[in-house]
Amino acid sequence: MKKTIRECLNERILIIDGAMGTMIQQYKLEEKDYRGARFKDWHKDVKGNNDLLSITQPQIIQAIHLKYLESGADIIETNTFSSTSIAQADYDMQSLAYELNVAAAHCARKAVDDFMSNNGGSEKFIAGAIGPLNKTLSLSPDVNNPGFRSVTFDEVADAYYEQIRGLSDGGVDLLLVETIFDTLNAKAAIYAIKKYFRDTKKQELPIMISGTITDASGRTLSGQTLEAFYISVSHANPLSVGLNCALGAKEMRPHIEELSEIAGCYTSAYPNAGLPNAFGEYDEQPDETAHIIEEWAKEGFVNIVGGCCGTTPDHIKHIAEQVKKFEARKLPVSEKELV
Amino acid sequence: MTKNIKPFLRLSGLEPLVVRPESLFINIGERTNVTGSKKFARLIRSDNYEEALSVARQQVEGGAQILDVNMDDALLDGEKAMTTFLNLLQAEPDIAKIPVMIDSSKFNIIEAGLKCVQGKCIVNSISMKEGEEKFLEQAFICKSYGAAVIVMAFDEKGQADTKDRKVEICQRAYKILTEQAGFHPEDIIFDPNIFAIATGIEEHNNYGVDFIEATREIKRLMPLTKVSGGVSNVSFSFRGNDTVREAMHAVFLYHAIRAGMDMGIVNAGQLEIYEQIDPELKELCEDVVLNRKEDATDKLLAFADTVKSKGKAIAKDEAWRNEEVEKRLSHSLVNGITDYIDEDTEEARLKYPNPLDVIEGPLMDGMNVVGDLFGSGKMFLPQVVKSARVMKKSVNYLFPFIEAEKEERKQAHIAAGTVNEEGAGPAKILMATVKGDVHDIGKNIVGVVLGCNGYEVIDLGVMVPAEKILQTAKEKNVDMIGLSGLITPSLDEMVHVAKEMKRNNFTIPLMIGGATTSRLHTAVRIAPEFDNGVVHVLDASRSVSVAGSLLNKETKPEFLGGIKSEYEKLKKDFGNKKSAKSLLPFSESVKNKYQINWENFTPVKPSFTGTKVFEDYDLNEIYEYLDWQPFFIAWEMHGKFPQILSDETIGSAATKLYEEAQLFLKKIIKEKWLTAKGVVGFWEANAVSNDSVEVKNQDGKKLQLEFLRQQMKKAPGQPNMSLADFIKPGAADYIGAFAVSIHGIEPHIERFNKEFDDYGKIMLQALADRLAEAFAELLHARARKEFWGYATSEHLSAKELIEEKYSGIRPAPGYPACPDHTEKYKLFELLNATENAGITLTESLAMYPASSVCGWYFAHPESKYFGIGKIAKDQVEDYANRKNMPLEDIERWLRPQLDYET
Repeated sequence: MKKTIRECLNERILIIDGAMGTMIQQYKLEEKDYRGARFKDWHKDVKGNNDLLSITQPQIIQAIHLKYLESGADIIETNTFSSTSIAQADYDMQSLAYELNVAAAHCARKAVDDFMSNNGGSEKFIAGAIGPLNKTLSLSPDVNNPGFRSVTFDEVADAYYEQIRGLSDGGVDLLLVETIFDTLNAKAAIYAIKKYFRDTKKQELPIMISGTITDASGRTLSGQTLEAFYISVSHANPLSVGLNCALGAKEMRPHIEELSEIAGCYTSAYPNAGLPNAFGEYDEQPDETAHIIEEWAKEGFVNIVGGCCGTTPDHIKHIAEQVKKFEARKLPVSEKELV
Repeated sequence: MTKNIKPFLRLSGLEPLVVRPESLFINIGERTNVTGSKKFARLIRSDNYEEALSVARQQVEGGAQILDVNMDDALLDGEKAMTTFLNLLQAEPDIAKIPVMIDSSKFNIIEAGLKCVQGKCIVNSISMKEGEEKFLEQAFICKSYGAAVIVMAFDEKGQADTKDRKVEICQRAYKILTEQAGFHPEDIIFDPNIFAIATGIEEHNNYGVDFIEATREIKRLMPLTKVSGGVSNVSFSFRGNDTVREAMHAVFLYHAIRAGMDMGIVNAGQLEIYEQIDPELKELCEDVVLNRKEDATDKLLAFADTVKSKGKAIAKDEAWRNEEVEKRLSHSLVNGITDYIDEDTEEARLKYPNPLDVIEGPLMDGMNVVGDLFGSGKMFLPQVVKSARVMKKSVNYLFPFIEAEKEERKQAHIAAGTVNEEGAGPAKILMATVKGDVHDIGKNIVGVVLGCNGYEVIDLGVMVPAEKILQTAKEKNVDMIGLSGLITPSLDEMVHVAKEMKRNNFTIPLMIGGATTSRLHTAVRIAPEFDNGVVHVLDASRSVSVAGSLLNKETKPEFLGGIKSEYEKLKKDFGNKKSAKSLLPFSESVKNKYQINWENFTPVKPSFTGTKVFEDYDLNEIYEYLDWQPFFIAWEMHGKFPQILSDETIGSAATKLYEEAQLFLKKIIKEKWLTAKGVVGFWEANAVSNDSVEVKNQDGKKLQLEFLRQQMKKAPGQPNMSLADFIKPGAADYIGAFAVSIHGIEPHIERFNKEFDDYGKIMLQALADRLAEAFAELLHARARKEFWGYATSEHLSAKELIEEKYSGIRPAPGYPACPDHTEKYKLFELLNATENAGITLTESLAMYPASSVCGWYFAHPESKYFGIGKIAKDQVEDYANRKNMPLEDIERWLRPQLDYET
């Protein structure tokens, strides 16, 4: 019988996949590739809408997933970072939000099935990726009007609700609220998750939460310290809390160390491949990234590791090889008494 | 190794708040509540959210650890007000750092609030008054936003008043929340209802006991939960009698906290200290709170009447004089009473084996009480300074006895052939206002506060050169140096002192303070120059903890390590930020100058050109122009005047200070302690280039004034201003100037020093400063209406004057609109200010006497105050050129303005 993710996490450090966007870039797709047959007459340019590829070029998305699975990823993320009605509004594709999530979940499932039939064996998990949105609830886009908000909590929660419905219907195993730079957006996502599973009376899927520390200040873009962030999302009763994006592994280290001290759940970390160079490219080599993450594993900071922007299957392969010799971080005991 | 996570209540704003068993009672700020604060309600109703935010800020500064926000007002759209206020609050990191308590009796308003806050809040409150189903639904909603909840002991039958009902309802709610809504016990806070006692109705008599005993039982049965309550309810029947109310609150809390109450919505600043309550009143309060005697209410009412009729001060009477000498000394220290200090000190001296024991015993005990009260925000600076005065007087009385004994010991040692060994003594702190600066009110206050906390303060006064500071530090073997300064050039002097300390291999830490200093400047400029610890101290109250951390060998490394990494980060961020901030090329900013339609403007000719001197201006007249708000700020009491006098927290202390200042001022005026000298002048002037103004003095000699221009990128339509924009180019316009000064302070300061009266000294300095400012305001009004006469019909109240509602401005060289201090030379030359107003300039261009003000007069109705902000090298080069000064020199004077490294 297939092991649950909790059982797997108690045995070893799990590997989450690397960047989707970086891999899509390598295909050098053009406007017509993005459109496919179905949207050839769409009234707006859609090049750059990577999430759309789950519908128009599913074979590419499946191939990328497969590469990550072959490099050792235990968890793959669906291609749904921007699959909400709010984010898709840039392409006037808000009505496709639900469908994008279902299609992306199917791409991931197909890749897992293919991998299993070729290699048999071990457990693989699909995490439905829930991105941060291009609009924030805690920050005003207008510096002269700090009380202004371009979107409401209800609008954000509704958009996430639709995404969660799509991911759940598409058959994901986990939900991953990631790249959180405004905690209130994440709280709207958590609110939507709780509401969805209460409304449908389905078994709630395990929730992974991953925040983003934007610079060395150790705070999120919306100004919270790491511990304040952790406290603010802990009501999700998450499977894991972690960090991703913005920083390379080197810069992320003190924060992941702090998180491993305070988190009552499992911890995750998937940094970028270093900091971007002068051309905006990530040039940290797989062995370099893996070397830093190896030390985290050795220190017992982490339960789930992988990569974000700029990382490739090669990075994931190196990371997986380096961390497998170490035991996973032990899940802390939540005490029930004060003394 | 497996970690253990404790079941603590964890809340968050931008920063975490973890409630541990050892946490002290948590103060919840109550003033941002429209039902509790008339002022806050008025601000919200008039959409004055900016000031409403300042109410919140005062709460945080006053020590609130959680902010209670309530918008329940019939005249308000509560959802909208809650949303607007909380959204704005998120943009204020100094407020948003603490968690919010969303307080409403309407659940729709609570939910609107929950949608605005990223941190983990507390909902205040939910209850079972509409049944279990509704309760559960609301609990689910709170939980899905991640909030902790306050549960009122309220069910379908009503609010619980007896202990048994309170406990029963709380237990029932607990069961529902933990078993059905998935709440962690630590996220549940009970409010078992504090009701008014001593109301005359017999059924109410046991309400205090019911709350306290219910709290004890709730914490026993459900140890992870918390208990909170609105404390002021308990004394509701004594409305208008603050003495009794405060005493009741203190007594009530004393017992409730011991029974397990964790937090409360209280007015922390107004709490009477339990130990300090008049014993008779305390006894009566205990009787009513604990319901110990049948006639308790009647007796307290009778007592309340005596307090009411006699007023608080008299009611306290002289009973304390019958106490033990230690208690009397402590009472005098805490209340700042010098009347009996000599006789009490003498009595103590005779009682104790040697005079030093009096200092180390009862006097230090008393000062520790003062320190604790100040540290917890229950005493305010003016009171502390008065305590210090009492302490100093007492120590001074003992001094000859200590010396005599020392000598005796020495002789004994010599006779016995043993070496005289001195005790280690308290840590020594050297304080100085740096070279070129004459301002020392702030430094004196810090000195007093440090002195109160047992440090030996060596004060070198003002205008102290680095060599003297370092030399004295070595000679006296001090443990720390504190530098102060008010004007911007002092910043460079502080950097210099730091460098010199490094060069001379000093290992003692350096403390930086004063109005012009900042954490950022300290981090970026001073800290990198000296490796053994540089710490910026925001105000006197923080100096104690900083000094404590720095002088304790155990805490010092960790404290300095923390400061160091904080400063390095600040420095790094500063470096990063600078490149991001874009300035316009100087030529572009000139093009975007402030445009005045000169065609339509006919300059008014002043009634005279040249200068007019005022030798000894009537202080009574000046007094009418006094702005009190900065006076309170000098005493570290922040708030608007006159509202500060009725402020719930600091109002009574502020009123006392105000009354005493009035008396003091009357004495100054009546006994002619001080003399006001001043000079005003007007001359023909016209703009000769974009940033230069040519002035013709009465002898026909031409002088060119140079101004700086804002260089930051502005929004479309917003000009890059320079003061030169307000003077007509080409044809003749006019400019004015003034310099005023308050003379004669020195002999009085000396006298106060001799009398160990820091309170009098600081009071005099602060009032002299205010008089100088008031004199400047007065002359400006006369200039507008009379001397220059461009606003002959102006009729403004003092308040409108302070709000700068008049036409025309009086900017001062060295301040935001014209930050170059060196232009003061020209102003002084035009006015002949040294001769006419008796003001001299130091090498840093500070004015002496310290209570002096000078500035330019601009008359154009569109002229306004602004800040130059950061400027780039292209402008500085141009400016140096115009002033014919070496670039390095002008860069030194303008350093705070520079957007680049030199």
